[in-house]
Amino acid sequence: MTAVTGSGPDAAALRRPGRVRLGWLLVVLAVLVLVVLASVAFGSRIVGWADIAAAVGGAEETLDQAAVVKRIPRTVLAALVGAALALSGAVMQGVTRNPLADPGILGVNMGAMLAIAVGMVTVGLHTATAYIWVAIAGAALSSLFVYAVGSLGRGGATPLKIALAGAATSAALASLVVAVVLPRGDIAENFQSWRVGGVGGASWQSIGQALPFLVAGLVVCLLCARALNSLALGDELAAGLGERVALVRGIAALGAVVLCGAATAVAGPIAFVGLIVPHLCRLLVGLDHRWSLPFATLVGAALLTAADVAGRVVNRPDEIEAGIITALIGAPFFIYVVRRQKVREL
Amino acid sequence: MSTTTLEAVTRGRVRRSRRRQAVLTAFCVAAATMVVVSLMAGRTFYPPGDVLRVVLGETVPGASFAVGELRLPRTVLALLTGVCFGMGGVTFQTMMRNPLASPDIIGISSAASAAAAFAIIVLGLGEAGVSVFAIVAALGVAVVIYVLSFKDGVAGTRLVLIGIGIAAMLHSATSYILNQAGQWDLQAATRWLNGSLNGSTWDESVPVLIALVVFGPVLLGQARGLTMLQLGDDTAAALGTRLELTRLVSIVSAVGLIAFATSATGPIAFVAFLAGPIAARLVGPGGSLLVPSGLVGALLVLVADFLGQFAFGTRFPVGVITGVLGAPYLIYLLVRSNRAGGSL
Repeated sequence: MTAVTGSGPDAAALRRPGRVRLGWLLVVLAVLVLVVLASVAFGSRIVGWADIAAAVGGAEETLDQAAVVKRIPRTVLAALVGAALALSGAVMQGVTRNPLADPGILGVNMGAMLAIAVGMVTVGLHTATAYIWVAIAGAALSSLFVYAVGSLGRGGATPLKIALAGAATSAALASLVVAVVLPRGDIAENFQSWRVGGVGGASWQSIGQALPFLVAGLVVCLLCARALNSLALGDELAAGLGERVALVRGIAALGAVVLCGAATAVAGPIAFVGLIVPHLCRLLVGLDHRWSLPFATLVGAALLTAADVAGRVVNRPDEIEAGIITALIGAPFFIYVVRRQKVREL
Repeated sequence: MSTTTLEAVTRGRVRRSRRRQAVLTAFCVAAATMVVVSLMAGRTFYPPGDVLRVVLGETVPGASFAVGELRLPRTVLALLTGVCFGMGGVTFQTMMRNPLASPDIIGISSAASAAAAFAIIVLGLGEAGVSVFAIVAALGVAVVIYVLSFKDGVAGTRLVLIGIGIAAMLHSATSYILNQAGQWDLQAATRWLNGSLNGSTWDESVPVLIALVVFGPVLLGQARGLTMLQLGDDTAAALGTRLELTRLVSIVSAVGLIAFATSATGPIAFVAFLAGPIAARLVGPGGSLLVPSGLVGALLVLVADFLGQFAFGTRFPVGVITGVLGAPYLIYLLVRSNRAGGSL
C-alpha cells in the first residue's frame, strides 16, 4: 500500500488543545445558525424578522410569510444534503487515504443519477424511497468500480489514479445519463436538474423519505471515526492495533455510499462539498476523526446552505443551482490541494 | 555499420512507410465513404446520382433541399470539426508526452465552449465574434493551466489533475450561462455541454474552414519539431529543435483549431482525446501523427453522428455518442497503464 498521503501525522496537528476545538465548535455552530437564518430571510424578496417569526409559528397570511414557509423545507434539505455529502467525503478520504476523494470527483454521484435515470425509464420508478434505494445501489457500484480501476497496478490506489478513474467514470456516466434520459421527453424536461444538483425542488415529503437513510448513514460513519484513526496509520499498523481492516473499510464505505446516494437522490449531483469541507475541518480541529467527522457534518450543512443562499441572491430574481456555486468555489480548492501535493505522492 | 544492418534498417523504414501509406489511404477511403453515405441516407434515401447532381449545383426536386440544405452542411461541418479536434488533440498529447493531456480532458474545449455559449447567448454575437471570443478564452485558460501546474517544472500528472479541476469549473460556468439566459432549452444545452451537429448551417462551417486553412499548415510545419519533442527536451534541443518556438507555435495553432471547431459545434466529447491514440495504434511508429489523427477525428465524428441520428429510435446529439464510446476507452487506457505499472 501507499504511504500516508496528505498532511503527515505530526503530533501537533493530531492533538489540538481542547479549548481550541470547543472554540471552533462554537464558531461553526454560530455560522450555521446565521446561514440558516439568512436562507430563510433572503431570496427574491427579503423578509423581516417579524414575518419570519410569525411564519415559523405557522402563519401564512402575507406574501412574505408564505415565502418563508416555502423556504423552510429548502433550507432543511440544503443543510441535510450538505452535511451528508461533507461527511461522506470525509469518510471516503479516510477510507481511501486519498486527499482528493469526493463523491462528485469519484463519479459516485453520477452513478446514483444513472441508476435513478435507468430506473425511471425502464421500470417507471416514481417514489422518493425507490429513488433512494436505486441511487444507493448505483453509488455503491460506481464507487467499487472506480476504486477497482484506480487501485490496479503498482503503488495501489494513488490519488492521481483514483481521481483520473473517477473523472473518466464520471464523464462516461454523465453521457449515459443523457443518452438514457433524452428519448423520454417527459423526463428530459428536467434535463438541467440531471446535470447540476440543487435544492430548489425541496418538499417535506422527500425530506421525510430521505431522513432515515441519512440518519443511518450518519450513525454508521460517526461510529467508524475511531477505526478510521487507526486506518490512517497504515494497514499493517492498524491490523497490529487490533483493527479488522477490511471489515472497517467496508462498513465505513457503506455508510459513505448510503449518505451520498440518498443525498443525490433528493438533490441531484452536487460536487466538491465532500472535498472542501474535510480539508477545512482538518485545519480547524486536527486529524482526529472523532472530532473532524462531526465537524465536517456541521460545516457541510453550513456550506451548502450558504451556497444555496448565494445562488438565490447573486442573480435575483433568477436562481443559480447550489451545485453550480459549489463547483465554482470547489474547483479552485481542488487545484490548490493538487498543487500542495508532491508529484511523487500523486 | 555493416551492410546487413544497413539493409535491415532500410527494409524496416520501407516497411513502415508502406504501412503508413496503406493506412492513410484506408482512412481517406473510409472518410470519403462515410461522407457519401451521410449524404445519401436519411429519412428519404437518394441514389448517388441525385447526390452528385446536387453537389454539382443542379436542382433536383426534393433532393436539393434535403441534401443541399440539410445534409451537406452537416456533413461538411462534421468533417471539418473532426479534423480540427483530431489534429489539435494529438498536438497536445504529443507535446505533453501524455495521452491524458488532451484539450477535452484538461479544460481547453470547455473554455472554448463556455466562451462561445456566452458570446452567442448573452452577447448575441455573430460567427466571427464568437470564434474570436472562443479562441481568446481557450488561450487564456491554456496559460492559466500552465501557470498553475508550474512548480519546479511542469509535471504531467499535476497538469492533468489541475486541468480536470478547471474543466469542472468551466462546465459549471457553461451551465450557469445557459441558466442565466432564462431560455433553457435542450438543444442549446446539449450543444454547449455535449457537442451537437443539429441545425448546422454553411455559416457555421466558414470559420472552421478558415481555421483549418490557417492553422493546419502551420501545425504541419511543426510536425518534425513535435516528433522530436517526444524524445525529451534535451535530445530534441540537441537535434536542433527550437524548443520554445515549436511549443508556442504548436500550442497556439492547436488551441486555434479546437476553439474554432468548438464554437461551431460545442465540445464534441472525447474526439480530441481518442483520435491520437487510435491513429498511433493503426499507423505504427515513426512519422508525424498529425494527418492520421485528423482523418481519424473526422471519421469518428462522421460515424458517431450517423449512429446518433439513425441507429436508435431517438436522435442523439453526436457528443452523447462519442461520450458513451470514448469514456470506456479512457478507462481502458487507465487500466492498461496501471497494470503495466506506468506512472502515466
